[in-house]
Amino acid sequence: MSLLKTTNVVKRFGGLVAVNKMTFSVDEGRIVSIIGPNGAGKTTFFNTLTGIYTPEEGQIQFKDHTLIGLRPDQVAATGIARTFQNIRLFGSMTVIENIMVGMHIRLKQGAIDTIFRSKKFNEEENEAEQIAKGLMEYVGLKNVGNELARNLPYGGQRRIEIARALAASPTLLLLDEPTAGMNPNETEEAIKLFRRIRDERDITILLIEHDMRVVMNISEHISVMDYGEKIAEGSPQEIRSNQRVIEAYLGRGAAVAHEQKA
Amino acid sequence: MDTFFSNLFKKANTGFWPVAIALAFLLVGTFSVYESPRSLGAFLILMTTPLILYFMKMNMKIKVFIGLLLIIVILPVLGIRNIFYLEVIFQMAVFAALALGLNIVVGMAGLLDLGYVAFYAVGAYAWAIFGSKQLSLLHSIPGAAPANAPFALDPKWFWLFIFLGVGLAAFTGILLGLPVLRVKGDYLAIVTLGFGEVVRVLALNLDKPINLTNGPQGITPIQRPPLPPEPIMQFFRNILAPFVGHVPTDAEFYNVFFYFLALIIIAIAILVATRLEDSRIGRAWTAIREDETAAIAMGIPLVKMKLAAFAAGASFAGAMGALYAANRTFVSPETFSFLQSIGVLTMVILGGLGSIPGVIFGAAAVVLLNIQILQNFSLYLSELRQGDTVIPIINFAWKDLSNQLDPAKYQKLVFGLILILMMIFRPSGLIPAERRKRELVEEKE
Repeated sequence: MSLLKTTNVVKRFGGLVAVNKMTFSVDEGRIVSIIGPNGAGKTTFFNTLTGIYTPEEGQIQFKDHTLIGLRPDQVAATGIARTFQNIRLFGSMTVIENIMVGMHIRLKQGAIDTIFRSKKFNEEENEAEQIAKGLMEYVGLKNVGNELARNLPYGGQRRIEIARALAASPTLLLLDEPTAGMNPNETEEAIKLFRRIRDERDITILLIEHDMRVVMNISEHISVMDYGEKIAEGSPQEIRSNQRVIEAYLGRGAAVAHEQKA
Repeated sequence: MDTFFSNLFKKANTGFWPVAIALAFLLVGTFSVYESPRSLGAFLILMTTPLILYFMKMNMKIKVFIGLLLIIVILPVLGIRNIFYLEVIFQMAVFAALALGLNIVVGMAGLLDLGYVAFYAVGAYAWAIFGSKQLSLLHSIPGAAPANAPFALDPKWFWLFIFLGVGLAAFTGILLGLPVLRVKGDYLAIVTLGFGEVVRVLALNLDKPINLTNGPQGITPIQRPPLPPEPIMQFFRNILAPFVGHVPTDAEFYNVFFYFLALIIIAIAILVATRLEDSRIGRAWTAIREDETAAIAMGIPLVKMKLAAFAAGASFAGAMGALYAANRTFVSPETFSFLQSIGVLTMVILGGLGSIPGVIFGAAAVVLLNIQILQNFSLYLSELRQGDTVIPIINFAWKDLSNQLDPAKYQKLVFGLILILMMIFRPSGLIPAERRKRELVEEKE
């Protein structure tokens, strides 16, 4: 069953068509990737999914919500959480607080509860803190709860971002180049973490990735974008041998050479 | 040098020393202010006590006890001896509340508001219009008012108007916020600046077609809330007379009364601000300040939370505005100028953006500098000018010193310098903001 389904989504910037007639779907419980060369429109497509951009044409269906016209915070409330290509943490807040911000839509305390510190408020805050601690451990962070997020090393910041996204208890997790800038060891651990998230938490994962090893290793289904269009989709095996994909990545000449070798 | 002082501080910050130092400052300060109520030095010694209480380690109960002793007993008694000190502290409290409110908008939510004083004006004019004779003068020409016009409301209504001031200011904050929040950064600053001026100009010109604000002349007299009933007053007169040296008059009691009202408002403001800061709402504000895109992707509704910040910040100013109108018994548009907004912003930046103790300290420091230190320095210079003394080596006679060099005149220059120095050497303020450390039981690896 498809969890997320887009039909003919078009996003233009002036004369430039950044996303062209993307028809695409993500099945529930899978790990799906979007790949493509630089400037192919992957991140733009992500941003139309999460409501940062409003597409000019097309439909986006998530569970039984139509996402077109929703603000990013409303999209988040339907159960989609995301991370960013360049880490976007709240640098001068502590790690725990960053994760607790992720719980914004789950927490129900109002201004009156807050000012009078009602029983409801205290219970909710304690619970939120416990969940945040649990998530910290889950993504492999230890003893850094009170550190400011900006003081953590790069890998740690990536983990916080994932914990923060998980804090919203989403049904769909969008990861925008989650292993960018990681060394092979860190990448390996990240892949394990994504699998665990899917297996243990029943969260469907859609990721954008550059690193072919990562993509082939983790994805169960891959869509390839080039010049804003989807040029291929299928299993890692199928994508590996797809002519148009090789062309898009390596250029035409290389593709011909590749063919001759084969 | 630096290590010498920090070592000294460390040594002094252990055992019974902090309590001893705090008590010493309290006693010496109290005694010297009592003996020479006009001395600035004595007053500064006394005002160091709260700083010591804040910075040094000691038992929480002792801290609270010394603090309350100072605030509730010592300051009012000394204040009746020299009413000017109560005025200084009253102004500190007023501006501390304003700084706390602006800190929510600028410090926590990161929305630069250059017209903050408009909300203060809304609170002040609300009580000014209803608590004066203005309502019966709506159709008379400003300045030509009949003297026997009646007051519109009983002074007791003041209590309601403090709350109305809060509500009106919050409502104005939302009104301002709705169109303004689509713009960001510099643009927001400029629009809020314009808004502040609009409110001031409205106050200036709403004497026609009906005379609502009495124009540039301002509204006076504004009624004050009634003092407590006579038996209570008699009780306090009897108690205070021996300490003060004379039987305190009602005018003096009013000063103490307003001092306590300001304290109550500031206490509520501190409570509300700290509680908001450490909650879902406060975290959402800080998240918006740090990164709007990430914040909205986490499900934080930007417009709603920004409006909440404007409303919460404005409400503090509304309450203080009503109190200020009653205290001065006079309001005029000049009080709510652009420079006043900048002044409050200066306090926030000087104290530490986003830091609640910081902005209170910033407000106190600026007020002290403004109406005590610079004024005293001016007085000192003018005394020198009248004398015959000459600066030796350069052979400069004090009486030749130009009037233009009066420190009270270059107040703004002094602030400019202080701000520049702050930005270079301590950009996060005198008491920088800190995140609350949670007690996380974590096992060691």
